[in-house]
Amino acid sequence: MDDTEAITAHIPHLRRYARALTGDRIAAEDLVQDTLERAWTRFGLWRRGSDLRAWLFTIMHNLHVNQRKSNPPSQSYSAEHSALELSVAANQEGRLEITDLHKALQRLPDEQKEVILLIGLEQLSYDEAAKVLGVPIGTVMSRLSRGREQLRQIMQRGGATAQLKVIK
Amino acid sequence: MTSQKTPITEADLHAYVDGRLSEERRGEVEAFLAAHPAEQEQVHAYQEQNRLLHGSFDAVLDEPIPTQWQNFGRNWRFYCKPVAAALAWIVVGGLLGWWLRGEYGGVPARSSDFVRRAATAHAVYTPEVRHPVEVTAEQEEHLVRWLSKRVGGQLKVPQLLDLGYELVGGRLLPGDPGPVAQFMYQEKSGQRLTLYIQTDPSGARETAFRFSQQGSVGVFYWIDRRLSYALSGEIKKEELLRVANAVYQKLNP
Repeated sequence: MDDTEAITAHIPHLRRYARALTGDRIAAEDLVQDTLERAWTRFGLWRRGSDLRAWLFTIMHNLHVNQRKSNPPSQSYSAEHSALELSVAANQEGRLEITDLHKALQRLPDEQKEVILLIGLEQLSYDEAAKVLGVPIGTVMSRLSRGREQLRQIMQRGGATAQLKVIK
Repeated sequence: MTSQKTPITEADLHAYVDGRLSEERRGEVEAFLAAHPAEQEQVHAYQEQNRLLHGSFDAVLDEPIPTQWQNFGRNWRFYCKPVAAALAWIVVGGLLGWWLRGEYGGVPARSSDFVRRAATAHAVYTPEVRHPVEVTAEQEEHLVRWLSKRVGGQLKVPQLLDLGYELVGGRLLPGDPGPVAQFMYQEKSGQRLTLYIQTDPSGARETAFRFSQQGSVGVFYWIDRRLSYALSGEIKKEELLRVANAVYQKLNP
């Protein structure tokens, strides 16, 4: 398998992760394209024999963080939007059930979402996730713990609790 | 009994959910969960989260990968190499120039520059998924008028649908001298060709087809009625020649 094939083999997983992370098809495709571009310009820096998958996910993580810094999501809009959605639903049913994982996921802080997705979806080990994110393994565990609990709250209880917890 | 074992921690519960425990430890966690309904519920919720994640996003794995992404590496190595090659040629050229000083006049090497620029532009723009062109084929009339004006010659865009290539659109690029028009075509499989057109500064009226291989990009180039054309693609030479012939004939009906 040549280098191009080796990288191509990881594209479906990079794409799945990007889709879940951004929650948006176009943003995800851009992120994958940027990742591939950067991977090729820096391919010389990849240590042969080391984990190519982790290296690619690291590149994607760094790009995503930088993009978020320079272009933060419209927080006020999404907060208003969620609040509106919650109040409407609460009025109608008195109680809110958010069963759509997709939506619930986008309400988590990026740090927690990344850990949940790398481990739960991409099946990276805790150690690999720590390397990709550049944080100690203890941080990965605490983000995983908080993230999963938060996601559970949003999906199970919904309603006012979720609203208070999620919208910051 | 249970008191002798290592206590079950939150980390154990997650590792259990993610299938990262030894068989022995897994048994211990299961025994713990059987006696602790709240933690059991928590673990079930987390397992459900993982299941839902896969349910929501696994379909992405089956989406066809754009050809442009698969060719990324090949394109990329291609357009890094010319830098090294160019440096080498500058050294060789310098030595040669010194060696032959005074013996010969300058020899224009324009056509090789033209081909290299055409191939580089092909390698740069064909991998683009969202912005392969500036103006899409939907505004073809505007596209042709605009590029003709900028390039300084009446351009025509050949339709290659009968060969399986559909016009994607075009863009304006810097050239030497003067601007260049690039039209992009795409086949059903995602394979792309580019047609690179510039007014010819040498004043030649017509030349035969010539071929040049630039990395993974093959280029057929020719001059016709004061316009230089380069058709670039990463397909077999014979197939590219077939398209080049069609382009030439469609421009000279």
